[in-house]
Amino acid sequence: MQTTFVAICYVATFGGIGLLTAAMMRRARQLADKVPPEDRPWT
Amino acid sequence: MSRSVSGGPTSTTFSRALGLATLIGLIWFVAFGLFFSPDDEVQGKGVRILYIHVPTAWLAYLAFLVTAAASAAYMWKRTRSLTWDRIAGASAEVGVLFMGITLLTGSLWGRLSWGTYWVWDSRVTTTTFLFITYVGYLAVRNLGGSHHQRAKRSAIIALLAVLEIPLVHFSVTWWRPLHQGESVASGKLSGLMLFSFFVGMIVFTMLYVWLVLHRQRMLAMEDALDDRGLEDALAARRSEAIDAGATR
Amino acid sequence: MAAKDLRIELRSRIVLNQVVPFALVVLVMFGFALDDDAVLSRVAPGLIWLATMFSLLIVVQRAFAVETADGALDALQVAGVRPSGIFLGKTAALVVQLIVLQIVAVALAVLLYQPASGSTGERLRLDLPGLALLAVTLLAATCGLAFVGTIYGGLAAGATGRETLLPLLLLPVAAPVLIGATRATQASLHVGGTSMREGWAWVALLVTFATVFGIGGSLAFGSLMDDQ
Repeated sequence: MQTTFVAICYVATFGGIGLLTAAMMRRARQLADKVPPEDRPWT
Repeated sequence: MSRSVSGGPTSTTFSRALGLATLIGLIWFVAFGLFFSPDDEVQGKGVRILYIHVPTAWLAYLAFLVTAAASAAYMWKRTRSLTWDRIAGASAEVGVLFMGITLLTGSLWGRLSWGTYWVWDSRVTTTTFLFITYVGYLAVRNLGGSHHQRAKRSAIIALLAVLEIPLVHFSVTWWRPLHQGESVASGKLSGLMLFSFFVGMIVFTMLYVWLVLHRQRMLAMEDALDDRGLEDALAARRSEAIDAGATR
Repeated sequence: MAAKDLRIELRSRIVLNQVVPFALVVLVMFGFALDDDAVLSRVAPGLIWLATMFSLLIVVQRAFAVETADGALDALQVAGVRPSGIFLGKTAALVVQLIVLQIVAVALAVLLYQPASGSTGERLRLDLPGLALLAVTLLAATCGLAFVGTIYGGLAAGATGRETLLPLLLLPVAAPVLIGATRATQASLHVGGTSMREGWAWVALLVTFATVFGIGGSLAFGSLMDDQ
Protein backbone atom coordinates (compact mmCIF):
# COMPACT_ATOMS: atom_id res chain seq x y z
CA MET A 1 0.00 0.00 0.00
CA GLN A 2 2.86 2.36 0.78
CA THR A 3 4.23 2.13 -2.73
CA THR A 4 0.82 2.73 -4.25
CA PHE A 5 0.20 5.82 -2.18
CA VAL A 6 3.63 7.26 -2.86
CA ALA A 7 3.11 6.66 -6.56
CA ILE A 8 -0.32 8.31 -6.48
CA CYS A 9 1.13 11.35 -4.75
CA TYR A 10 3.99 11.86 -7.17
CA VAL A 11 1.91 11.20 -10.26
CA ALA A 12 -0.94 13.42 -9.07
CA THR A 13 1.39 16.23 -8.05
CA PHE A 14 3.59 16.42 -11.11
CA GLY A 15 0.96 15.25 -13.51
CA GLY A 16 -1.43 17.82 -12.20
CA ILE A 17 1.10 20.64 -12.28
CA GLY A 18 2.22 19.55 -15.75
CA LEU A 19 -1.32 19.49 -17.14
CA LEU A 20 -2.19 22.87 -15.68
CA THR A 21 1.05 24.37 -16.98
CA ALA A 22 0.38 22.99 -20.46
CA ALA A 23 -3.15 24.36 -20.40
CA MET A 24 -1.84 27.74 -19.27
CA MET A 25 0.76 27.84 -22.04
CA ARG A 26 -1.80 26.93 -24.67
CA ARG A 27 -4.11 29.67 -23.51
CA ALA A 28 -1.20 32.10 -23.46
CA ARG A 29 -0.46 31.38 -27.11
CA GLN A 30 -4.10 31.92 -28.03
CA LEU A 31 -4.06 35.24 -26.24
CA ALA A 32 -0.78 36.30 -27.76
CA ASP A 33 -2.22 36.01 -31.25
CA LYS A 34 -4.75 38.65 -30.38
CA VAL A 35 -2.63 40.96 -28.30
CA PRO A 36 -0.07 43.19 -30.05
CA PRO A 37 3.47 43.41 -28.67
CA GLU A 38 3.11 46.86 -27.14
CA ASP A 39 0.65 45.42 -24.64
CA ARG A 40 3.35 43.06 -23.49
CA PRO A 41 5.90 45.19 -21.69
CA TRP A 42 8.04 42.26 -20.67
CA THR A 43 9.17 41.39 -24.22
CA MET B 1 3.46 37.08 -35.22
CA SER B 2 6.91 36.04 -34.12
CA ARG B 3 7.23 33.13 -31.78
CA SER B 4 10.27 32.63 -29.63
CA VAL B 5 12.20 29.46 -30.31
CA SER B 6 11.84 28.07 -26.83
CA GLY B 7 9.16 29.18 -24.42
CA GLY B 8 5.99 31.01 -25.34
CA PRO B 9 4.61 34.49 -25.55
CA THR B 10 4.95 35.07 -21.85
CA SER B 11 8.62 34.11 -21.74
CA THR B 12 11.60 36.29 -21.15
CA THR B 13 15.24 35.31 -20.85
CA PHE B 14 14.92 35.27 -17.09
CA SER B 15 11.81 33.12 -17.04
CA ARG B 16 13.30 30.73 -19.55
CA ALA B 17 16.39 30.34 -17.40
CA LEU B 18 14.26 29.89 -14.32
CA GLY B 19 12.10 27.35 -16.09
CA LEU B 20 15.08 25.31 -17.16
CA ALA B 21 16.58 25.40 -13.68
CA THR B 22 13.24 24.36 -12.22
CA LEU B 23 12.94 21.45 -14.60
CA ILE B 24 16.42 20.20 -13.77
CA GLY B 25 15.66 20.67 -10.09
CA LEU B 26 12.46 18.67 -10.42
CA ILE B 27 14.25 15.76 -12.02
CA TRP B 28 16.85 15.85 -9.28
CA PHE B 29 14.11 16.04 -6.68
CA VAL B 30 12.24 13.04 -8.03
CA ALA B 31 15.49 11.09 -8.29
CA PHE B 32 16.34 11.74 -4.68
CA GLY B 33 12.83 11.64 -3.36
CA LEU B 34 11.88 8.37 -4.97
CA PHE B 35 15.17 6.54 -5.35
CA PHE B 36 18.32 7.80 -3.71
CA SER B 37 16.93 8.64 -0.29
CA PRO B 38 16.40 5.77 2.12
CA ASP B 39 13.19 4.52 3.62
CA ASP B 40 12.39 5.80 7.06
CA GLU B 41 12.84 3.46 10.03
CA VAL B 42 9.32 4.06 11.27
CA GLN B 43 7.37 5.24 8.27
CA GLY B 44 8.99 3.19 5.55
CA LYS B 45 8.31 4.52 2.09
CA GLY B 46 5.64 6.87 3.42
CA VAL B 47 8.20 9.52 4.23
CA ARG B 48 8.63 10.16 0.51
CA ILE B 49 5.19 11.69 0.46
CA LEU B 50 6.38 14.24 2.98
CA TYR B 51 9.02 15.47 0.55
CA ILE B 52 6.14 16.84 -1.47
CA HIS B 53 3.71 17.57 1.34
CA VAL B 54 5.91 19.79 3.47
CA PRO B 55 7.18 22.12 0.72
CA THR B 56 3.76 22.52 -0.89
CA ALA B 57 2.27 23.38 2.50
CA TRP B 58 4.86 26.09 3.14
CA LEU B 59 4.45 27.45 -0.34
CA ALA B 60 0.69 27.52 -0.13
CA TYR B 61 1.01 29.69 2.95
CA LEU B 62 3.64 31.83 1.25
CA ALA B 63 1.36 32.24 -1.74
CA PHE B 64 -1.37 33.46 0.56
CA LEU B 65 0.99 35.99 2.12
CA VAL B 66 2.01 37.20 -1.34
CA THR B 67 -1.63 37.63 -2.28
CA ALA B 68 -2.23 39.61 0.88
CA ALA B 69 0.86 41.77 0.40
CA ALA B 70 0.06 42.43 -3.25
CA SER B 71 -3.49 43.33 -2.27
CA ALA B 72 -2.17 45.81 0.27
CA ALA B 73 0.16 47.24 -2.37
CA TYR B 74 -2.80 47.76 -4.65
CA MET B 75 -4.92 49.43 -1.99
CA TRP B 76 -2.17 51.88 -1.00
CA LYS B 77 -2.66 54.81 -3.32
CA ARG B 78 0.98 55.48 -3.94
CA THR B 79 1.67 52.02 -5.30
CA ARG B 80 -1.70 51.37 -6.90
CA SER B 81 -1.26 49.39 -10.08
CA LEU B 82 -3.17 46.58 -11.70
CA THR B 83 0.04 44.57 -11.81
CA TRP B 84 -0.26 44.08 -8.05
CA ASP B 85 -3.80 42.92 -8.52
CA ARG B 86 -2.73 40.40 -11.11
CA ILE B 87 0.11 39.14 -8.95
CA ALA B 88 -2.39 38.69 -6.13
CA GLY B 89 -4.68 36.70 -8.41
CA ALA B 90 -1.92 34.58 -9.91
CA SER B 91 -0.47 33.81 -6.51
CA ALA B 92 -3.88 32.79 -5.21
CA GLU B 93 -4.40 30.40 -8.11
CA VAL B 94 -1.04 28.75 -7.62
CA GLY B 95 -1.72 28.74 -3.89
CA VAL B 96 -4.97 26.86 -4.36
CA LEU B 97 -3.15 24.34 -6.53
CA PHE B 98 -0.41 23.81 -3.95
CA MET B 99 -2.88 23.69 -1.12
CA GLY B 100 -4.87 21.03 -2.92
CA ILE B 101 -1.71 19.00 -3.32
CA THR B 102 -0.94 19.54 0.37
CA LEU B 103 -4.33 18.26 1.44
CA LEU B 104 -4.20 15.25 -0.89
CA THR B 105 -0.68 14.19 0.04
CA GLY B 106 -1.37 14.87 3.69
CA SER B 107 -4.45 12.71 3.63
CA LEU B 108 -2.67 9.80 1.99
CA TRP B 109 0.30 10.13 4.31
CA GLY B 110 -2.07 10.22 7.26
CA ARG B 111 -3.68 6.99 6.11
CA LEU B 112 -0.24 5.38 6.03
CA SER B 113 1.01 6.79 9.32
CA TRP B 114 -2.03 7.11 11.55
CA GLY B 115 -4.51 4.88 9.81
CA THR B 116 -7.00 7.62 8.96
CA TYR B 117 -7.49 9.75 5.88
CA TRP B 118 -8.59 12.69 7.98
CA VAL B 119 -8.06 14.08 11.45
CA TRP B 120 -9.72 17.08 13.01
CA ASP B 121 -6.64 18.68 14.49
CA SER B 122 -5.69 22.32 14.37
CA ARG B 123 -3.21 22.13 11.52
CA VAL B 124 -5.37 20.18 9.10
CA THR B 125 -8.45 22.22 9.93
CA THR B 126 -6.70 25.56 9.52
CA THR B 127 -5.21 24.47 6.21
CA THR B 128 -8.60 23.36 4.97
CA PHE B 129 -10.08 26.63 6.08
CA LEU B 130 -7.41 28.53 4.16
CA PHE B 131 -8.19 26.45 1.09
CA ILE B 132 -11.87 27.34 1.27
CA THR B 133 -11.00 31.00 1.78
CA TYR B 134 -8.84 30.97 -1.35
CA VAL B 135 -11.60 29.40 -3.38
CA GLY B 136 -13.92 32.14 -2.18
CA TYR B 137 -11.34 34.75 -3.12
CA LEU B 138 -11.03 33.35 -6.64
CA ALA B 139 -14.80 33.35 -6.96
CA VAL B 140 -14.88 37.03 -6.03
CA ARG B 141 -12.27 37.77 -8.68
CA ASN B 142 -14.64 36.48 -11.32
CA LEU B 143 -17.56 38.71 -10.39
CA GLY B 144 -17.01 40.97 -13.36
CA GLY B 145 -16.92 44.71 -13.62
CA SER B 146 -13.98 46.88 -14.49
CA HIS B 147 -10.43 45.77 -13.75
CA HIS B 148 -10.11 48.25 -10.93
CA GLN B 149 -13.43 47.21 -9.43
CA ARG B 150 -12.24 43.63 -9.45
CA ALA B 151 -8.93 44.66 -7.97
CA LYS B 152 -10.43 46.69 -5.15
CA ARG B 153 -13.03 44.09 -4.27
CA SER B 154 -10.53 41.21 -4.25
CA ALA B 155 -7.99 43.21 -2.31
CA ILE B 156 -10.50 43.87 0.45
CA ILE B 157 -11.45 40.20 0.59
CA ALA B 158 -7.80 39.21 0.78
CA LEU B 159 -7.06 41.69 3.55
CA LEU B 160 -10.12 40.61 5.52
CA ALA B 161 -8.85 37.06 5.16
CA VAL B 162 -5.57 38.16 6.71
CA LEU B 163 -7.57 39.33 9.72
CA GLU B 164 -9.53 36.09 9.83
CA ILE B 165 -6.70 33.61 9.65
CA PRO B 166 -5.22 34.30 13.11
CA LEU B 167 -8.71 34.19 14.60
CA VAL B 168 -9.40 30.87 12.94
CA HIS B 169 -6.00 29.54 13.92
CA PHE B 170 -6.50 30.40 17.57
CA SER B 171 -10.04 29.15 17.82
CA VAL B 172 -9.20 25.90 16.06
CA THR B 173 -6.06 25.37 18.15
CA TRP B 174 -7.98 25.81 21.41
CA TRP B 175 -10.71 23.63 19.99
CA ARG B 176 -8.52 20.72 18.97
CA PRO B 177 -4.96 20.92 20.22
CA LEU B 178 -2.32 19.11 18.24
CA HIS B 179 -1.95 15.58 19.53
CA GLN B 180 1.53 14.54 20.50
CA GLY B 181 1.91 11.59 18.22
CA GLU B 182 1.13 13.58 15.14
CA SER B 183 4.16 15.79 14.76
CA VAL B 184 5.90 15.51 11.45
CA ALA B 185 9.40 14.82 12.71
CA SER B 186 9.13 11.22 13.81
CA GLY B 187 12.51 9.91 14.76
CA LYS B 188 15.80 10.80 13.21
CA LEU B 189 16.15 12.16 9.73
CA SER B 190 19.14 10.79 7.85
CA GLY B 191 21.37 13.06 5.81
CA LEU B 192 19.89 12.07 2.49
CA MET B 193 16.36 12.57 3.78
CA LEU B 194 17.18 16.06 5.00
CA PHE B 195 18.74 16.73 1.63
CA SER B 196 15.60 15.61 -0.17
CA PHE B 197 13.53 17.96 1.97
CA PHE B 198 15.94 20.77 1.20
CA VAL B 199 15.84 20.10 -2.53
CA GLY B 200 12.08 19.90 -2.36
CA MET B 201 11.78 23.30 -0.69
CA ILE B 202 14.02 24.96 -3.27
CA VAL B 203 12.48 23.28 -6.30
CA PHE B 204 8.90 23.96 -5.31
CA THR B 205 9.74 27.56 -4.52
CA MET B 206 11.24 27.99 -8.00
CA LEU B 207 8.20 26.32 -9.45
CA TYR B 208 5.94 28.72 -7.57
CA VAL B 209 7.81 31.77 -8.82
CA TRP B 210 7.83 30.50 -12.39
CA LEU B 211 4.11 29.71 -12.34
CA VAL B 212 3.14 33.06 -10.82
CA LEU B 213 5.34 34.94 -13.28
CA HIS B 214 3.74 33.32 -16.30
CA ARG B 215 0.22 33.38 -14.94
CA GLN B 216 0.54 37.05 -14.05
CA ARG B 217 1.66 37.90 -17.58
CA MET B 218 -1.22 35.87 -18.95
CA LEU B 219 -3.64 37.85 -16.83
CA ALA B 220 -2.06 41.05 -18.15
CA MET B 221 -2.75 39.89 -21.70
CA GLU B 222 -6.32 38.99 -20.82
CA ASP B 223 -6.86 42.41 -19.31
CA ALA B 224 -5.30 44.05 -22.37
CA LEU B 225 -7.58 42.00 -24.58
CA ASP B 226 -10.59 43.12 -22.54
CA ASP B 227 -9.53 46.73 -22.94
CA ARG B 228 -9.04 46.32 -26.66
CA GLY B 229 -12.33 44.55 -26.99
CA LEU B 230 -13.99 47.49 -25.31
CA GLU B 231 -12.20 50.00 -27.53
CA ASP B 232 -13.08 48.04 -30.66
CA ALA B 233 -16.71 47.80 -29.62
CA LEU B 234 -16.84 51.53 -28.99
CA ALA B 235 -15.11 52.26 -32.30
CA ALA B 236 -17.49 49.96 -34.14
CA ARG B 237 -20.45 51.64 -32.49
CA ARG B 238 -19.11 55.03 -33.49
CA SER B 239 -18.53 54.07 -37.11
CA GLU B 240 -22.01 52.55 -37.27
CA ALA B 241 -23.40 55.83 -36.08
CA ILE B 242 -21.36 57.71 -38.66
CA ASP B 243 -22.48 55.38 -41.47
CA ALA B 244 -26.07 55.69 -40.35
CA GLY B 245 -25.71 59.44 -40.43
CA ALA B 246 -24.00 59.41 -43.84
CA THR B 247 -26.61 57.28 -45.59
CA ARG B 248 -29.49 59.38 -44.41
CA MET C 1 -29.95 54.20 9.78
CA ALA C 2 -30.61 51.43 12.20
CA ALA C 3 -33.97 52.90 13.03
CA LYS C 4 -34.94 52.89 9.36
CA ASP C 5 -34.09 49.23 8.95
CA LEU C 6 -35.89 48.31 12.14
CA ARG C 7 -38.95 50.24 11.10
CA ILE C 8 -39.06 48.34 7.82
CA GLU C 9 -38.70 45.14 9.77
CA LEU C 10 -41.46 46.00 12.21
CA ARG C 11 -43.78 46.80 9.36
CA SER C 12 -43.10 43.63 7.43
CA ARG C 13 -42.26 41.30 10.30
CA ILE C 14 -40.22 39.14 7.95
CA VAL C 15 -37.90 38.04 10.69
CA LEU C 16 -40.74 37.05 12.94
CA ASN C 17 -42.87 35.52 10.24
CA GLN C 18 -40.26 33.76 8.17
CA VAL C 19 -36.83 33.56 9.69
CA VAL C 20 -37.81 32.35 13.14
CA PRO C 21 -39.96 29.59 11.65
CA PHE C 22 -37.02 28.77 9.38
CA ALA C 23 -34.84 28.34 12.45
CA LEU C 24 -37.48 26.09 13.94
CA VAL C 25 -37.56 24.05 10.74
CA VAL C 26 -33.79 23.71 10.78
CA LEU C 27 -33.79 22.56 14.40
CA VAL C 28 -36.47 19.99 13.64
CA MET C 29 -34.59 18.83 10.55
CA PHE C 30 -31.56 18.22 12.70
CA GLY C 31 -33.77 16.00 14.81
CA PHE C 32 -34.74 13.95 11.77
CA ALA C 33 -31.24 13.74 10.39
CA LEU C 34 -29.49 12.99 13.65
CA ASP C 35 -32.10 10.44 14.64
CA ASP C 36 -30.67 9.72 18.10
CA ASP C 37 -31.78 11.38 21.31
CA ALA C 38 -28.46 10.88 23.04
CA VAL C 39 -26.56 12.43 20.15
CA LEU C 40 -28.98 15.33 19.94
CA SER C 41 -28.70 16.16 23.60
CA ARG C 42 -24.94 16.08 23.33
CA VAL C 43 -24.65 18.30 20.26
CA ALA C 44 -27.51 20.64 21.12
CA PRO C 45 -25.32 23.71 21.78
CA GLY C 46 -23.65 23.30 18.40
CA LEU C 47 -26.97 22.87 16.63
CA ILE C 48 -28.25 26.13 18.07
CA TRP C 49 -25.40 27.98 16.44
CA LEU C 50 -25.62 26.08 13.19
CA ALA C 51 -29.25 27.06 12.94
CA THR C 52 -28.23 30.62 13.73
CA MET C 53 -25.63 30.67 10.97
CA PHE C 54 -28.07 29.42 8.36
CA SER C 55 -30.64 31.94 9.48
CA LEU C 56 -27.96 34.62 9.36
CA LEU C 57 -27.61 34.07 5.63
CA ILE C 58 -31.27 34.76 5.07
CA VAL C 59 -31.42 37.75 7.36
CA VAL C 60 -28.36 39.34 5.74
CA GLN C 61 -29.62 38.82 2.23
CA ARG C 62 -32.91 40.35 3.22
CA ALA C 63 -31.17 43.31 4.81
CA PHE C 64 -29.42 44.12 1.56
CA ALA C 65 -32.26 43.24 -0.77
CA VAL C 66 -34.19 45.99 0.94
CA GLU C 67 -31.48 48.47 -0.01
CA THR C 68 -30.76 47.50 -3.57
CA ALA C 69 -34.46 47.36 -4.40
CA ASP C 70 -34.65 51.12 -4.49
CA GLY C 71 -31.03 52.16 -4.63
CA ALA C 72 -31.26 53.47 -1.13
CA LEU C 73 -27.59 52.88 -0.39
CA ASP C 74 -26.49 55.07 -3.26
CA ALA C 75 -28.88 57.75 -2.21
CA LEU C 76 -27.47 57.73 1.30
CA GLN C 77 -23.92 58.00 0.04
CA VAL C 78 -24.79 60.89 -2.25
CA ALA C 79 -26.49 62.53 0.70
CA GLY C 80 -23.11 62.47 2.43
CA VAL C 81 -23.63 59.80 5.05
CA ARG C 82 -20.28 58.33 5.98
CA PRO C 83 -19.86 54.68 4.95
CA SER C 84 -18.84 53.65 8.44
CA GLY C 85 -22.08 55.15 9.65
CA ILE C 86 -24.06 53.10 7.16
CA PHE C 87 -22.08 50.06 8.23
CA LEU C 88 -22.73 50.52 11.93
CA GLY C 89 -26.36 51.32 11.34
CA LYS C 90 -27.02 48.21 9.30
CA THR C 91 -25.10 46.16 11.81
CA ALA C 92 -27.13 47.47 14.72
CA ALA C 93 -30.37 46.55 12.99
CA LEU C 94 -28.99 43.08 12.30
CA VAL C 95 -27.98 42.64 15.93
CA VAL C 96 -31.47 43.38 17.14
CA GLN C 97 -33.04 40.98 14.66
CA LEU C 98 -30.51 38.27 15.42
CA ILE C 99 -30.86 38.53 19.18
CA VAL C 100 -34.59 37.97 18.88
CA LEU C 101 -33.87 34.96 16.69
CA GLN C 102 -31.27 33.61 19.08
CA ILE C 103 -33.39 33.75 22.16
CA VAL C 104 -36.07 31.80 20.39
CA ALA C 105 -33.55 29.33 19.01
CA VAL C 106 -31.98 28.66 22.40
CA ALA C 107 -35.36 28.14 24.01
CA LEU C 108 -36.45 25.80 21.21
CA ALA C 109 -33.24 23.80 21.33
CA VAL C 110 -33.46 23.32 25.06
CA LEU C 111 -37.01 22.12 24.56
CA LEU C 112 -36.40 19.87 21.59
CA TYR C 113 -33.06 18.38 22.45
CA GLN C 114 -32.81 18.49 26.26
CA PRO C 115 -29.09 19.13 26.29
CA ALA C 116 -27.02 16.84 28.46
CA SER C 117 -23.39 15.93 28.90
CA GLY C 118 -22.25 13.09 26.74
CA SER C 119 -19.91 11.48 29.23
CA THR C 120 -22.04 11.66 32.33
CA GLY C 121 -25.55 11.94 30.93
CA GLU C 122 -26.02 14.86 33.29
CA ARG C 123 -28.87 17.13 32.36
CA LEU C 124 -28.30 20.82 31.75
CA ARG C 125 -28.26 23.06 34.77
CA LEU C 126 -29.53 26.60 34.73
CA ASP C 127 -27.98 28.93 37.23
CA LEU C 128 -27.27 32.62 37.44
CA PRO C 129 -23.57 32.58 36.47
CA GLY C 130 -24.39 30.26 33.59
CA LEU C 131 -27.18 32.48 32.38
CA ALA C 132 -24.92 35.49 32.63
CA LEU C 133 -22.36 33.70 30.49
CA LEU C 134 -25.06 32.72 28.05
CA ALA C 135 -26.31 36.27 27.74
CA VAL C 136 -22.85 37.68 27.13
CA THR C 137 -22.13 34.89 24.66
CA LEU C 138 -25.28 35.69 22.73
CA LEU C 139 -24.40 39.34 22.62
CA ALA C 140 -20.76 38.92 21.63
CA ALA C 141 -21.43 36.25 19.03
CA THR C 142 -24.32 38.17 17.54
CA CYS C 143 -22.28 41.33 17.21
CA GLY C 144 -19.52 39.40 15.48
CA LEU C 145 -21.95 37.70 13.13
CA ALA C 146 -23.70 40.97 12.40
CA PHE C 147 -20.42 42.68 11.54
CA VAL C 148 -19.24 40.00 9.12
CA GLY C 149 -22.76 39.60 7.80
CA THR C 150 -22.90 43.26 6.88
CA ILE C 151 -19.45 43.23 5.29
CA TYR C 152 -19.97 40.22 3.10
CA GLY C 153 -23.62 40.97 2.58
CA GLY C 154 -22.63 44.31 1.16
CA LEU C 155 -20.20 42.58 -1.16
CA ALA C 156 -22.64 39.97 -2.33
CA ALA C 157 -25.58 42.29 -2.78
CA GLY C 158 -26.62 43.61 -6.12
CA ALA C 159 -26.15 41.95 -9.47
CA THR C 160 -27.31 38.38 -9.93
CA GLY C 161 -24.67 35.73 -9.61
CA ARG C 162 -23.43 37.45 -6.53
CA GLU C 163 -25.94 36.45 -3.88
CA THR C 164 -24.97 32.80 -4.13
CA LEU C 165 -21.49 33.84 -3.16
CA LEU C 166 -22.65 34.92 0.28
CA PRO C 167 -22.76 31.48 1.93
CA LEU C 168 -19.36 30.52 0.50
CA LEU C 169 -17.77 33.69 1.82
CA LEU C 170 -19.65 34.20 5.04
CA LEU C 171 -19.83 30.76 6.62
CA PRO C 172 -16.08 30.09 6.68
CA VAL C 173 -15.42 33.53 8.11
CA ALA C 174 -17.96 32.89 10.84
CA ALA C 175 -16.28 29.61 11.80
CA PRO C 176 -14.53 31.01 14.89
CA VAL C 177 -17.87 32.27 16.14
CA LEU C 178 -19.39 28.84 15.60
CA ILE C 179 -16.61 27.17 17.53
CA GLY C 180 -16.45 29.72 20.33
CA ALA C 181 -20.16 30.21 20.80
CA THR C 182 -20.80 26.48 20.92
CA ARG C 183 -18.20 25.95 23.60
CA ALA C 184 -19.34 28.94 25.61
CA THR C 185 -22.95 27.79 25.38
CA GLN C 186 -21.94 24.35 26.61
CA ALA C 187 -20.23 25.94 29.55
CA SER C 188 -23.19 28.17 30.35
CA LEU C 189 -25.58 25.21 30.42
CA HIS C 190 -23.08 23.13 32.37
CA VAL C 191 -22.96 20.36 29.80
CA GLY C 192 -20.27 18.94 27.57
CA GLY C 193 -17.42 19.17 30.05
CA THR C 194 -16.57 22.76 29.30
CA SER C 195 -15.82 24.70 32.47
CA MET C 196 -17.12 28.19 33.17
CA ARG C 197 -13.63 29.56 33.00
CA GLU C 198 -13.15 28.08 29.55
CA GLY C 199 -16.51 29.49 28.63
CA TRP C 200 -15.41 32.98 29.51
CA ALA C 201 -12.16 32.48 27.60
CA TRP C 202 -14.19 31.63 24.54
CA VAL C 203 -16.25 34.76 25.12
CA ALA C 204 -12.99 36.71 25.03
CA LEU C 205 -12.35 35.20 21.61
CA LEU C 206 -15.83 36.17 20.47
CA VAL C 207 -15.30 39.72 21.66
CA THR C 208 -11.95 39.85 19.84
CA PHE C 209 -13.62 38.60 16.70
CA ALA C 210 -16.35 41.21 16.96
CA THR C 211 -13.83 43.99 17.58
CA VAL C 212 -11.61 42.98 14.66
CA PHE C 213 -14.45 42.85 12.21
CA GLY C 214 -16.19 45.84 13.66
CA ILE C 215 -13.14 47.97 12.98
CA GLY C 216 -12.21 46.20 9.74
CA GLY C 217 -15.74 46.52 8.47
CA SER C 218 -16.03 50.21 9.25
CA LEU C 219 -12.86 50.82 7.27
CA ALA C 220 -13.64 48.56 4.35
CA PHE C 221 -17.34 49.25 3.92
CA GLY C 222 -16.84 52.46 2.02
CA SER C 223 -14.68 50.80 -0.63
CA LEU C 224 -17.11 47.93 -0.93
CA MET C 225 -20.04 50.25 -1.49
CA ASP C 226 -18.23 52.25 -4.11
CA ASP C 227 -18.53 49.68 -6.82
CA GLN C 228 -22.13 48.61 -6.53
